Amino acid sequence: MTIHVSPALVGLGGSRSPDDSVTSPATYRAAYLANLKRLAEAAATEGPTVQWLQQLREQATAHLSELSFPTTHDEDWRFTDLSALLQVTIAGTGELAQPITPDTIAPFSLPETQSSQLVFVNGHYQAKLSNLTGLPTGVFVGNLATALQQPELAGQLPNYLGAMAGLRDVFAALNTIGLAEAAIVWVPKNCAVETPIHLLFVTAPQAQPQFIQPRCLVVADAGSTVNVLESYRQLASETPTITNSVTEIWLGENAQVNHSRIQWQSTTAFQIGKTAISQAKDSRYINHAINLEAQIGRHTLEVSQAGEQTETTLNGLTIAAGEECLDTHTAVDLAFPYSRVRQLQKCIVADRAHAVFNGAIIVGQKAQQTDAGQLSRNLLLSPKARVDTKPQLEIIADNVKCTHGATVSQLEADEIFYLQSRGLDRNMAQKLLVDAFAAEVIEQLPVASLRQQLTRAVKAEVNL
Amino acid sequence: MINENGEVILSVRNLTANVDDTPILKGLNLEIRAGEIHAIMGPNGSGKSTFSKILAGHPDYEVTGGDVLYQGKNLLELEPEERAREGVFLAFQYPLEIPGVTNLDFLRVAYNAHRKHKGLEELDALDFDDLIQERLDVVKMNPNFLSRSVNEGFSGGEKKRNEILQMALLEPTLAILDETDSGLDIDALKIVANGVNQLTRPDNAILLITHYQRLLDYIVPDYVHVMSAGRIIKTGTKELALELEAKGYDWVLEAEAAGVA
Repeated sequence: MTIHVSPALVGLGGSRSPDDSVTSPATYRAAYLANLKRLAEAAATEGPTVQWLQQLREQATAHLSELSFPTTHDEDWRFTDLSALLQVTIAGTGELAQPITPDTIAPFSLPETQSSQLVFVNGHYQAKLSNLTGLPTGVFVGNLATALQQPELAGQLPNYLGAMAGLRDVFAALNTIGLAEAAIVWVPKNCAVETPIHLLFVTAPQAQPQFIQPRCLVVADAGSTVNVLESYRQLASETPTITNSVTEIWLGENAQVNHSRIQWQSTTAFQIGKTAISQAKDSRYINHAINLEAQIGRHTLEVSQAGEQTETTLNGLTIAAGEECLDTHTAVDLAFPYSRVRQLQKCIVADRAHAVFNGAIIVGQKAQQTDAGQLSRNLLLSPKARVDTKPQLEIIADNVKCTHGATVSQLEADEIFYLQSRGLDRNMAQKLLVDAFAAEVIEQLPVASLRQQLTRAVKAEVNL
Repeated sequence: MINENGEVILSVRNLTANVDDTPILKGLNLEIRAGEIHAIMGPNGSGKSTFSKILAGHPDYEVTGGDVLYQGKNLLELEPEERAREGVFLAFQYPLEIPGVTNLDFLRVAYNAHRKHKGLEELDALDFDDLIQERLDVVKMNPNFLSRSVNEGFSGGEKKRNEILQMALLEPTLAILDETDSGLDIDALKIVANGVNQLTRPDNAILLITHYQRLLDYIVPDYVHVMSAGRIIKTGTKELALELEAKGYDWVLEAEAAGVA
């Protein structure tokens, strides 16, 4: 394989000279990664300089030096080829050429979260677009700089931000190296937050491609309950952007977090995201992950357990159309007894698109009496559509109940005929069946206006 | 009601059809007039279900010859949904389960497709709700079934009742009931038959396809046809069904072979 390096790369590569215009793929990838690292480091200089944060970035830098840019030879990236991303010549880290007005982001706001919305544009906190007046006292929702000004929070942050095991892959390390800003949700002990909290990350493409690294931290202390929406949206543009996000969610004992993650950018966007969750004893984590629009959209979700009798519910919906490649990797690592895991992953794949699902549930020696069920259901709408699905149960404990299954189907001709025989035309029948397939996941989302938006988006995305 | 001067709803002439290149219908003739109830009986594999699916327009069946006129129009030229909107209704032998689509939404979408075809305004959710509550009575169906996915997890009897509910809603001119009685216990059979009887009118017609004479105790046909090897080989009145129940099909088949049927 030969990769031709476009002359434009020279400018960002710094030391590269035009003579390097043909080079080995490995060298090219290493140079590309080095450039991402430089961009991240540059972004970090704009962030807080507290010592523990510096150390965190340095650890990530040391860690990155042992890693290389992934290819399809890496098991974790076997089905998702990042070559197209490597062709994007990045010019910056999301500096805004002009300010963003409330009208611009209005289509992404939700009525239910008008007074509990935290907005970042290209990774930069937007105080004027945010409104946090609807939150109960004691709950902190804000950006990193504001959190560091709160004495009680500032002391606690180092125990949580960047502290999750598992943030050790290339992209997570890059995110930590560039850690300058973060959305922080802090729910104190026994506090039930009824209003959903919307963490809205908007990408505003600039004249040149940008590298944007959003970061979230959710800490739900013992006995608390919170509902968090994390959404990635984009203003219309032909310019590609690369978004690399990391979200850490800590559940204390008996806490409950209902977390919706919406990846809904555009076909010029590359979105790589990691969600890492730690569940203490008796906690309940519910995730709804919608992977809707990106040229390449990769979400990796990792749940680790810090105590017994946890409940984990993962609902995923991927809708891939056009030439998109949308990839979901999940791993639930159980090391304590009496837990329950329910996972439903659905993919709808149209046109020449490609969906990937890899779902691991690891039931360790001590995770006795685990009750785990995983189902991957896939609907292919065109002969060129492709799905790679890999449920993966690793069971070491001997007294557990674990099931998994995967189905890949097309729209059933008999179902369409049944609907036609009741007066629906073929197109209506197909749309009704696709909607129904998606509805099983969409209906679980806790915010009504988001359900409606997504239902409409499914209709628009899947053009039968 | 035998109605020799009534409007011809369905006229089938010398119909032949294949499934996967195998001839199944081999010259079928049938005429149904408004107000009539016809029953087609016959052994397994005689082509009864094939005939019903061809009338509804199933794409797996290839018509190779003959005509089907429905209210004077060439039925075979119409798409399945056009047939439905024109008033042809097939109650399926095996109604399909459609996970994720609520029965209520399904019924409303179907009903509104018919309204639109007739140039009428579509009913909104509230008005439709009133209408469907009233139609539920026809098959004594619990309103809970409306919020469940279409046929998902329904018992055999519930699925068949759901078919008749659709019929009650769509008010077809020609209703074809494909083994609607199969697999029903006697109570469910009575409910289904009673529902169908409430839906008969002087201006519509019903074609029952059945294995069992038992259904015909509850829905009394004007004509009984015996189908064998892709053709109707004998036609009689409701007494013929009793005779078939008592003596089986062999005597009809033998008589037909001897050329006296």
